[in-house]
Amino acid sequence: MRLALLPLIVLASTAAWGELGPQDVEKVLLRDFKPRGQATMDRVLQDGLQRLCTESENNPPAAVAKALEADQMKSIAFPAGSLVGDWQRGEKIAQGGRGMTWSDRPDAPADGSCYNCHQLSPVELSHGTLGPSLLGFGKTRGNSAETQRYVYGKIFNAKAYNLCSQMPRLGHSGTLTPEQIRDLVGLLLDPASPVNR
Amino acid sequence: MVRLAILVALLLPFSAAAQDTKKEIQRYQQMIGEGSPVELFELEGETLWKKPQGPKQASLEKCDFGSGPGVLKGAYARLPRYFKDADRVMDLESRLLYCMQTIQGRSADDALKRVFGNEDRPSEMEYLSAYIAGQSRGAAMSPGTSHPKEKQALELGRKLFFHRAGSWDFSCASCHGEEGKRIRMQDLPVLYKPQDARPVVATWPAYRVSNSQFKTMQWRLNDCYRQMRMPEPVFASETTVALNLFLTATGKGEIYRGPGTKR
Repeated sequence: MRLALLPLIVLASTAAWGELGPQDVEKVLLRDFKPRGQATMDRVLQDGLQRLCTESENNPPAAVAKALEADQMKSIAFPAGSLVGDWQRGEKIAQGGRGMTWSDRPDAPADGSCYNCHQLSPVELSHGTLGPSLLGFGKTRGNSAETQRYVYGKIFNAKAYNLCSQMPRLGHSGTLTPEQIRDLVGLLLDPASPVNR
Repeated sequence: MVRLAILVALLLPFSAAAQDTKKEIQRYQQMIGEGSPVELFELEGETLWKKPQGPKQASLEKCDFGSGPGVLKGAYARLPRYFKDADRVMDLESRLLYCMQTIQGRSADDALKRVFGNEDRPSEMEYLSAYIAGQSRGAAMSPGTSHPKEKQALELGRKLFFHRAGSWDFSCASCHGEEGKRIRMQDLPVLYKPQDARPVVATWPAYRVSNSQFKTMQWRLNDCYRQMRMPEPVFASETTVALNLFLTATGKGEIYRGPGTKR
């Protein structure tokens, strides 16, 4: 109960300062944006997490963050059986940057855009640095069931582990399928993957 | 031929060691700057500026960008700003739309019909923005920040910059909020910091070598929102003008040296 109220208190305190709040910005966006292709207007509406992270400048009170991370964790459906797919398919998914924009075909499978932000295979020099380097990830973290579960979960919904992370919730948002996420787990953890060789 | 050379230059950095890559890219950027066709866009823009169009068969030559009708010297460097006649803050593109409607008598639909062009056929908006921005070379960027509506737009722009939404939870700051970051090989300016915003606002609009097109600031914001997985911002809307004012005010004082040439 107390936890549920905290975000409201954060909102109320901002309103009291007479500043433009995210709810005001959202109204402006609803007026100034139009749907195009698969990018429909519901995307403008902030969910509770986006609202809280905007409101708190990505630094929410620890207790609230913890409660909401637990909520996000519930969104992760771990498939039965092995979580480690095919690293070769994973590499292709990591390389591609298509999916979810108004210019992408809604019926085509999306990519993971992983190299946009992360270093993975040492062969690929054109990698971004917005996220941490994942070079040698499986070599240092091992390939235990616990690690596999962590990697699958992190890709499915990064916010379950760090509420205001800048990493998209790739499974939760419907960008990647469970099968694609398994392949990315393979890319990160399979000892044969170039990430770990 | 030029495009082949560019392709080779693009590929070269990736065959070199990682630490040499940055140097190679700088060399490449210098090279593309030297062969830029920006001047051709400015010339075509001047022709369009003087061409009678619309139901009133009038040219845009009496369009007032805040320094008086038809005065273009240094006018772009003072945008976005508040315009009393329209009672709103306007950037270059929104002011052009206003003049097309009031001076040339064109409908909003007609003026907005083709705001983004392509390689084969650039848009009227792209040519005109090249010409008008070019008339501000040497002027210090000094957008309007004192009128109450300018202050309001600036505040909205700042809030928009940090506002997280869309399928991937992004704000502008997701990519442009931290020093020394890249997407793939592309360096990302931290656009709420003056030292990073200054060279950016001093070089847009710009010619883009990678797709051989001249791009407006409105296009730049539009394509950012596309990649943020958001719906599409309406061209010249309050949102886009407010964001543009926030970026330009952050980079104010820089001497305009555009239109620029980008990768």
